[in-house]
Amino acid sequence: MSEPTIASQVEVRHVEAIVGESPSAEAPQQKPDKADKPRSLWSDAWYDLRRRPLFIVASALIALVLLMVLVPQLFTSADPYYADLARSKQLPSANAWFGYDVQGHDMFSRTIYASRASVIVGLLATLFTVLVGGAAGMISGFYGGLLDAVMSRIADVFFGLPFILGGIIILTTFRSDSPTLAEAMLVLVGTIAMLSWPVAMRITRSAAITVKQQDYVKAARALGASDGRIIVRHMLPNCLAPMMVYATIALGAFIGAEATLSYLGIGLPPGTISWGVMINDAKDYIRVAPHMLIFPAAFLTTTVLAFVMLGDVVRQALDPKLR
Amino acid sequence: MTTTNEGQGPLLEVRDLHVEFHTRDGIARVLNGVSFSVDVGETLAVLGESGSGKSVTAQTIMGILDMPPGKITKGEIFFRGKDMLKMSEEERRGIRASGIAMIFQDALSALNPVFTVGFQIAEQLRLRRGMNKKDALKRAVELLDLVKIPNAAGRVKQYPHEFSGGMRQRAMIAMSLALDPEVLIADEPTTALDVTVQAQIMDLLAELRRERNMGMILITHDLGVVADVADRIAVMYAGRIVEHADVFSLYRQPCHPYTAALLESMPRLDLKGQELATIKGLPPNLLRPPSGCPFHPRCRMAVDQCVAEVPQLITLGMDRLSRCFRAEEMITNG
Amino acid sequence: MAEPILQVKDLVKHFPVTQGIVVQRTIGQVKAVDGVSFDLMHGETLGVVGESGCGKSTLAQVLMCLTPPTAGQAFYRGQDIFKLRGSALRRIRRQIQIVLQDPYTSLNPRMTVGDIIGEPFEIHTEVAPKGDRRRRVQELLEVVGLSPEHINRYPHQFSGGQRQRIGIARALALKPEIIICDEPVSALDVSIQAQVMNLLGDLQRELDLSYMFIAHDLSVVRHLSDRVAVMYLGKIAEIGTEDQIYEHPTHPYTQALLSAVPVPDPTLRGRREVIRLIGDVPSPIDPPSGCRFRTRCWKAQDICAETEPPLLAPVSDDVFLDSHPSACHFAEERPHVVV
Repeated sequence: MSEPTIASQVEVRHVEAIVGESPSAEAPQQKPDKADKPRSLWSDAWYDLRRRPLFIVASALIALVLLMVLVPQLFTSADPYYADLARSKQLPSANAWFGYDVQGHDMFSRTIYASRASVIVGLLATLFTVLVGGAAGMISGFYGGLLDAVMSRIADVFFGLPFILGGIIILTTFRSDSPTLAEAMLVLVGTIAMLSWPVAMRITRSAAITVKQQDYVKAARALGASDGRIIVRHMLPNCLAPMMVYATIALGAFIGAEATLSYLGIGLPPGTISWGVMINDAKDYIRVAPHMLIFPAAFLTTTVLAFVMLGDVVRQALDPKLR
Repeated sequence: MTTTNEGQGPLLEVRDLHVEFHTRDGIARVLNGVSFSVDVGETLAVLGESGSGKSVTAQTIMGILDMPPGKITKGEIFFRGKDMLKMSEEERRGIRASGIAMIFQDALSALNPVFTVGFQIAEQLRLRRGMNKKDALKRAVELLDLVKIPNAAGRVKQYPHEFSGGMRQRAMIAMSLALDPEVLIADEPTTALDVTVQAQIMDLLAELRRERNMGMILITHDLGVVADVADRIAVMYAGRIVEHADVFSLYRQPCHPYTAALLESMPRLDLKGQELATIKGLPPNLLRPPSGCPFHPRCRMAVDQCVAEVPQLITLGMDRLSRCFRAEEMITNG
Repeated sequence: MAEPILQVKDLVKHFPVTQGIVVQRTIGQVKAVDGVSFDLMHGETLGVVGESGCGKSTLAQVLMCLTPPTAGQAFYRGQDIFKLRGSALRRIRRQIQIVLQDPYTSLNPRMTVGDIIGEPFEIHTEVAPKGDRRRRVQELLEVVGLSPEHINRYPHQFSGGQRQRIGIARALALKPEIIICDEPVSALDVSIQAQVMNLLGDLQRELDLSYMFIAHDLSVVRHLSDRVAVMYLGKIAEIGTEDQIYEHPTHPYTQALLSAVPVPDPTLRGRREVIRLIGDVPSPIDPPSGCRFRTRCWKAQDICAETEPPLLAPVSDDVFLDSHPSACHFAEERPHVVV
């Protein structure tokens, strides 16, 4: 067995032994003023995050997207719904930075306004996925036994469905022919959550199983703490880190999923503005008016990428072993 | 310098080794000038608590220190008169393969779970000695037999998880002996083991050292184990050797207050109703070490000089060194 | 030290070994604790020693009602604690508390020290009125030798020894009568270990506590215990006063265990009589028949494989002989086990 294998075994241990333990522990003796401040693991992670350039880039991009969602008027004064066929498919110019689409809509304005539907769908889908999957995983991991076995098998069934195929089947079955925007969004969010919760459940479940075996859970039981108390006070805060990482990355993925399903014509209805719908609109004119595809696609990719990057740096910051 | 006279001088010599760790909160000086040597057939114990730098010393010698965050800022490590830190990577790997071997506290994680024990021992022999598969496996059986694993021929085909804790440690010792090292570094080899098994493993190590005339560096926190096997002891505190002596003198008459306090704070099986002395306070924070002698905040003999100056190693006699201003007083006062 | 405060009778804990994913099949039993009886007297420290796998930690968990026993009883002041449910069980929990081994995993990293030590009061609201709790937590911090100003810090801001003190403060919060210490110092450095051991000793005297002190380190157990039980593979091999066990052991396992402990005195090198046991502890799934120690025992005879030796004091004609229970057919003192 060569040295590298052995070396990798030792590294984590000694770095923790030397660096992890002594500084924080003994700091009070020498520098009472600074160390007296309580330093939770979250604030440690935050301290760590602020020093990562990737985090700053990702969160700046996300902040920009959120600003577009909340106050699109800040970026453009053009009405995204105003169409003038005379300027159909015009290329980008000083007047219209992103050009015009087939109907003669201002592409820049539309791309900005489209962020709203995409991000809302992404946020809601993430919320439902994390709530349903998180609760299922927590219960499954905490109680174990038959309950866990049954719930895990149910999750496996949903997990086994290919995402696009499952999405097409559910949406074509449950979507009415001419849905309102709210209806369409709800069905879309529901579909995404239904197909994704097993992933959230697996992550929470494995975190819960690890935490459950920790001595502090044992100590709480020995004190007579109820199951509810153990879950809320001890399990949940310690399972939150992997959930947050998953949620961040999932948010990006779900924005992409909305676009995919809308492109296939089964997501949001054609009248609405979303990146997916815009890409769908562009599909017949890619050769003559490539700008119709490029701009919404670029915004979509950048947003997804920003969330994935954020998830990645958050994971690194929360995992002390990678420090 | 003795860099050239090969074959003379000690087998392994560490001179003025400095190692730093670069962390988020600053630079931790983990080793601050560690020097010692080990000769053929002798056992040096490096004794210290967690954070004293004893394991970092071993890892630096083995070249398995993570860099970064670790960084060797100064020092030399001579193996048979040649400075390993100045060698090419190739040369160094050669020495680490067959000159110096190391065994670890946790045998389970040091053995690869997906290969059989026999395969792991044989692999080294094939790579380093160019043996063919059959011969290497035959040698692996011999090695397992050497470390007194019963039914060695059957055991080579088993995986690490099929071994009990004591057997796994034996298997790791067998693996470390495969290339006939001249120096064996044992990093807390028995800490994870039960006391009856610990006794077996320590006996085995002592016997192997005698038979093969190896130099051994035993890294441990256990004053009991040390007393049974070591020839010389180096006591480490905050990245420095604070006392160095032969084993008999050290236990009879410690010359550093830290060693003395350690001996007094250890509960002993053979003493009834013993009052346990304690060392007040906590080990130092290596990011912000105390001024002067790093032990002074916890020392019951500290004087003003200890706060102001870092004590140097003073020679007190044959092979006796202490890093304390009041070492001579400790001897005269008994 | 008159009346027993905790009486354990024939305690058995087997863990099933199962196979299968949905339908689980039991393929064996880990006999972690297999018929253990002892009394814990008021105000005393009962040491429990043994090597890994002897069942000492399982014993602690069963007595804390963290896992139900397979069989047996444990009486706290005459009440069988395993039969209690609901509020009666909660009341008992106030009387029996535990200090766990690993100071790094026994404290919730997301809670402040104040929340950790205050949690017992939140669960047992009747113990301290809400406004009083913070003051009580600060008092407890002081009792275990930490600064009350540390109340808002998080566990990772403390060293191992300090964390163990926090764990002790949490166990003391409800003013229990019995504290089960499960290897409380084995994860600590020698210099810190002595501090924590002295603290446990002081607390016992001040607060009139009874300890069950579980450890693998015989020297630590000797230092703190009044009486000692030696466990091997789920059973008590020998039980007696500290003096009886350490100076006059009669069970071969105790003798071997004691002789294997290294003594920090190089002048004794080669002069101590050391009994070297062969092999490792057998698996508790399939323990040897008869006496469980017979596979490693130098005294083993045919009878050891056939009949299990009862835990009894050897009958002796010598009325002055201070005998104590030892589960061996050939229980006999060896001269000078410890030099």
